[in-house]
Amino acid sequence: MSRKNPIARFFRWFFFRARGDSPFKRLMIHLLLIIACAICVYPVLRVVTISLRPNDTLLTTSLRIIPENATLDNYKEVLFGVPDKNRRSDFFLWLWNSFSIVMVTSLISVALAAVSAYAFSRFRFRGRSPALVFLFTTQMIPAGMLLLPLYVMLARLKMINTSLGLIIAYSVSSVPLTIWMLKGYYDTIPIDLEEAALIDGASRIGVLTRIILPLSSPSLAIAFLFSFMGGWSEYLVARVVLQKNDIYTWPLGIFTYAQQFTVAWGKFAAASVLIAIPVMALFLYSSKWLISGLTLGSVKG
Amino acid sequence: MEKIKSLRKYLPTALWVLAILAVYFLLRVLIQPYSAGISLNRPIVVSRLREVGLFVGAIFLGIALVELYFYQIFFRAPRNTWSGWIIRLFQGLIALVMLQLVVMFFDLTDLIRLPAGAVKDFFWFPSNAVTSLQKWAIGANPTSKENASLFVALTVLLLLGAIFGLIQWLSGPRVSRVGLAYLLVIPAFIGVLFLIVYPFLFEIKLAFSNASLGTQATKNASYGLVYGWENLKTLFTGNVAKDAKFFEVFGRTILWTVINVTFHVSMGMILALLLHRPMKLQGFYRTLLVFPWAIPTTIAAMALRNEFDLRYGFFNIMLKNIQTFFANLSDQVTLLSPVFSWLAANIGPVSWKQDPFWAFMSVLISNIWLGIPFMAVIILGGLQSISHEYYEAAEIDGASKWQMFRNITLPLLRPVLTPAVILGVIWTFNKFDVIYLITQGGPQEKTDILVSSMYKAAFQFYRYGFTAMFALVIFMILLVFTIIYLRVTGGLKAATE
Repeated sequence: MSRKNPIARFFRWFFFRARGDSPFKRLMIHLLLIIACAICVYPVLRVVTISLRPNDTLLTTSLRIIPENATLDNYKEVLFGVPDKNRRSDFFLWLWNSFSIVMVTSLISVALAAVSAYAFSRFRFRGRSPALVFLFTTQMIPAGMLLLPLYVMLARLKMINTSLGLIIAYSVSSVPLTIWMLKGYYDTIPIDLEEAALIDGASRIGVLTRIILPLSSPSLAIAFLFSFMGGWSEYLVARVVLQKNDIYTWPLGIFTYAQQFTVAWGKFAAASVLIAIPVMALFLYSSKWLISGLTLGSVKG
Repeated sequence: MEKIKSLRKYLPTALWVLAILAVYFLLRVLIQPYSAGISLNRPIVVSRLREVGLFVGAIFLGIALVELYFYQIFFRAPRNTWSGWIIRLFQGLIALVMLQLVVMFFDLTDLIRLPAGAVKDFFWFPSNAVTSLQKWAIGANPTSKENASLFVALTVLLLLGAIFGLIQWLSGPRVSRVGLAYLLVIPAFIGVLFLIVYPFLFEIKLAFSNASLGTQATKNASYGLVYGWENLKTLFTGNVAKDAKFFEVFGRTILWTVINVTFHVSMGMILALLLHRPMKLQGFYRTLLVFPWAIPTTIAAMALRNEFDLRYGFFNIMLKNIQTFFANLSDQVTLLSPVFSWLAANIGPVSWKQDPFWAFMSVLISNIWLGIPFMAVIILGGLQSISHEYYEAAEIDGASKWQMFRNITLPLLRPVLTPAVILGVIWTFNKFDVIYLITQGGPQEKTDILVSSMYKAAFQFYRYGFTAMFALVIFMILLVFTIIYLRVTGGLKAATE
């Protein structure tokens, strides 16, 4: 009976298809995923909305995504300041501070790690296992835990409020992590290549510079990226080490917008959008490799 | 022919350089008219570059010197007896200077306090010698301080170079296979020593002191077991930051960790299972779903703080709308009026900032939102590495979907899931930037977790000695957790083999 009835046939097909997922199930999955995506994206869109609001309607209960009378004034003020009122924009200064500090941290840690991780991966020297266990333990140390002694130490060395102080503070977590990660990468490079080169008369250093480093240049890039991302939007350590406005990194900088007497949400949102767009683009572009870095770097349980 | 080859080889690089230069100059031209309003200018950039360059140069110079010294130990063998003696002499001298420098550094940063007099003079000798050399240089030729420092630096370098050259000349090569390994490890070893071991020792020392703002940090602090005991007693019986108690905060930390990790893993698993199938738009969904992970945490936390505003935040606007919706409904639908009016009375805007419970909820919601994509992506990666054949075999045997999940997916996901969960627990336990940025631990420290209390004790209330002890206790808690984890999973063998 149901074979003849087109409605019943559609019903059967819709809910109980024999192979694979039925259209109904697929519809539900898409619906769920769309809801999840909306939850993930909506708060980000709200930041964009706030950044587009004109200053007189910042506080509103409207939930529209593109506000009424949308303007780019906030962006202009964040980027270029208001020269007429002698208000200068610190936006580029903060970006430059962040960039220079995080760049040097990542360079130092990748340079240190690239050579020592090779030794950990290829040589069986005395003290190797304890050193590796030690490196692993450092990952357990809370980020904030060594902050106090570091702070006291930097204060004694007169490095508070300097970029060097923050570079040292960031290296604390960056160096062990990078060594650990790069060792994981080197372990995946087959040893045959090196043995062949050694038989052909290459030196160990030659093997490192001619074979290992070129082969692992993608992983060096990932380690660099990891270290960079770790420091780029860090707030709590920077707040302790840097206490002067002209040396602020951008997270501290945009926080000052929220701390002013009248909270400047519009400027905060505009600055956030300007910073977040390149960061998110880079992140989305490289997320595949970032994940492989995480799984290689972590313990293989 | 050769020329064309090399041209082709270097052309892309050259084009990249050109493109970057073009973008740079374009930006400069575009920004030029606005430069009056921008506080970043060339002198700032140049001075930062110089500062950072000198720093990096100093680090590499220092490491190079240490490397050279170790090279002489590991790779050179003396030619005969008397040259051996000379080499040993110089090696001993350099080692002595290194020891002096390290102890001087300890003294400088207050890890140890050398008694003034002969001992102090002995360990400060290299520094004092350099200083007096500098003074002499200034006295001899009163031009500028910078020239004098340059002169001193060159003198020291020449001296060291001469010594290393002499050792090199007096000795012959020696075959050592693992020597190179040590040479390669030394830079990182020094880095870790300076960055982790030293601060850790410092922390232990601080834990047994009464250092605080009153003692000007370590300047006038006194040390002793009594102070350590005092700090420990305050930690467990007194107030950890301002007026919260240890076990209350500890309980909240566990609650925070468990709730967060549970939600991260379960929701991440659901999302991963939904995504793991041949379907249209998969890449699109994946891109949108990692948004919370991709956005910088500082920005996300600040934006969410904004959304928890009493009147203008998203959550309260929505709650208010729901309330008015039910209120209208109870006016119009007479049949279920009591139900709707009850709903309207009980659902409504919430004071996210004042009410401790809702404040904790607000940080939980934020952190869960931030953490799910990471777990989803990790689990999805694990799912994709499971071979299809298992499922096909199970299907032939007539297994249900749930049985497949229970007996194939979960066990095969374990190598990915276990470390992810463990790291998730440790990270969440330590992760307080969300809490700090959204509620600052308020109201009345009712949303603080251990690490944020510690941060506050150090940098808002300046209780340094106490904080150090606090940090050690937190470290012990994590260490116990890690050891249990390692016992359960069979240790670090896979990683250190």
